[in-house]
Amino acid sequence: MSTTTVDLHQDPHGHGGEHDPHHQHHFTTMEQQFDTSKIGMWLFLVTEVLTFGGLFAGFGLMQNKYPQEFVAAHEELKRWAGSTNTVVLLISSFTAVMAVLSARTNQGKKCAKYLWITVGFGAIFMCIKAYEYSADFAEGLFPGKFYSHHGDLIAGSHGYATFFSFYFMMTGLHGLHVLIGMGLMSWLAIRASRGEFSDKYYTPVDLVALFWHLVDMIWIYLFPLYYLIT
Amino acid sequence: MSTHTEHADNPKAEAAKYLATLVVLLILTAITVGASYINFGSGNIVIALAIATVKAIIVGLIFMHLLHDKPVNAVIAVGGFVFLGIFLMFDFIDVGSRTNPQPINLHAPPAATAPAAAGAPAAGAGAAADTKKE
Repeated sequence: MSTTTVDLHQDPHGHGGEHDPHHQHHFTTMEQQFDTSKIGMWLFLVTEVLTFGGLFAGFGLMQNKYPQEFVAAHEELKRWAGSTNTVVLLISSFTAVMAVLSARTNQGKKCAKYLWITVGFGAIFMCIKAYEYSADFAEGLFPGKFYSHHGDLIAGSHGYATFFSFYFMMTGLHGLHVLIGMGLMSWLAIRASRGEFSDKYYTPVDLVALFWHLVDMIWIYLFPLYYLIT
Repeated sequence: MSTHTEHADNPKAEAAKYLATLVVLLILTAITVGASYINFGSGNIVIALAIATVKAIIVGLIFMHLLHDKPVNAVIAVGGFVFLGIFLMFDFIDVGSRTNPQPINLHAPPAATAPAAAGAPAAGAGAAADTKKE
């Protein structure tokens, strides 16, 4: 019985010094372990897509209900800020994928550098978002019942407050994802500079980069829907 | 891990590919912003979402490695978006096929005149059908 178990392992424990310390017992090979992790990550990303999908559906339905108010409300958003943030996130996706490439080619220092740059772009994104939010709050553009903006064309309509409810909910949830991504990237950058990743094991870098690209992908849709609707 | 490392044989070419991808994404962003200043009527939202979808697909294929990855990951990803599409589609079919009852009731003509105008045998159904057309 024990022989069959051992035979499954290309590199069984306690036999020879070749064993990778990252290799967990319940996986036959490192490749199987990597692929399993990646499938798990993709399943998680699908749940993220569906979470945001529900919000996008709600936004679409409310835009259908309040078309004039939504167009008027979107004029309050700063188009230059949204565009800049799009560019920032796209560049950060590039640096994230470069970090994966560096980890995969045994360049730990370079990987750490790219991860820190990605964190930096994330911080720029959040700073611009914070500036936008504070400018909105100063004008009374709050979500839901806290909405206190003056001079709206259709007085007393719930459409404006609804727009900002969705705006703050969706960009806020997206921003939370950016913050989580920044935290994960910082942790990986520290590990990368310690030389923990190589072509044999770079799973965490790859998976966190996938998460970061998904966050970028969600922004790719948020940007035209909020900032560019006409 | 052979399938993943074989693409790292030439890291320089790989990096160049990612850089080119970034440039394409930035150009598409510029097109989206530019198109939003031109009035295409209801075509604006279609153009914006079409470009966004192209960008998302590029990110998925190149940055998220779906193009060269094990097919199972692409199956999961595409599966997720298919179900999102079904969700959105039925949402909008539902909303599109409904009429808002409140304005119709508010603008309903007096019950006596409605059947005469419509010439319908059933007074109630005639009135309802008549007001819905308005």
